[in-house]
Amino acid sequence: MREDHIAPATRRRFLIDTAALAGAAGLDLSLAIRPASATPASMRAAIRRVVGEASVKKGRLKIDLPPLIENGNAVPLTVAAESPMTADNYVKAIHVFTEKNPQPNVISVQLGPLAGRATFATRIRLADSQKVIAIAEMNDGSFWSDEIEVIVTLAACLEGV
Amino acid sequence: MARALINVPPKAKRGELIEIKTLISHNMETGFRPDNTGKPVPRDIITEFVCKYNGEEIFRAELFPAIAANPFLTFFTIATESGTLNFEWTGDNGFSASESVNITVE
Repeated sequence: MREDHIAPATRRRFLIDTAALAGAAGLDLSLAIRPASATPASMRAAIRRVVGEASVKKGRLKIDLPPLIENGNAVPLTVAAESPMTADNYVKAIHVFTEKNPQPNVISVQLGPLAGRATFATRIRLADSQKVIAIAEMNDGSFWSDEIEVIVTLAACLEGV
Repeated sequence: MARALINVPPKAKRGELIEIKTLISHNMETGFRPDNTGKPVPRDIITEFVCKYNGEEIFRAELFPAIAANPFLTFFTIATESGTLNFEWTGDNGFSASESVNITVE
């Protein structure tokens, strides 16, 4: 009976002490347990590398991705750009980026007038609920983008073997 | 040699838009997953895919670890001439695979 009294007391003290310690080292702890991931800043840097100084306008591009994803290991992605795809008006490239995967790049495709339609589909991995951005580069040097927020319940990439 | 599956309509009318589907077996090891000793498993992915139609490039993709295992790609082209579509995958650790499909254009 006595031990029953002591046990909660020590456990409570332990919890209080731990909480105090965690509070003191709060920032460090939260950093330590975060897995490697790209940040919105590294995504912006990756986009800058593709786009350079040009401005990116919204539109002329559509991402098709399920808004609620049960398994992030294989998510069907379709990106379609509006373009006649003729010899003097076509989509040169489409790039896809994520915000919170370990690396911001997902895929970069290069197209030309021979592609006929500026659409492609693939299956991607998503490590977290996050924003996915696609950017299309037109042959006239303009950039167009679309973005979509997705919710991922089972993350990809980070689980052990 | 990795197993690849290609889906192209065997016959098409001239000027018709055709859909090309490709699938290749590959682990696409990201390089971010820890093994049971806690060290990350080295990256082993396909980094590049190129499709040529009668020798002329119609589609090229640069792949990153965020592409799911067994990379699947769908894209389009316009049927212009009878001939061959050539597909080529290259990747880490000297990975290379290629496949060809014939198409008849009427």
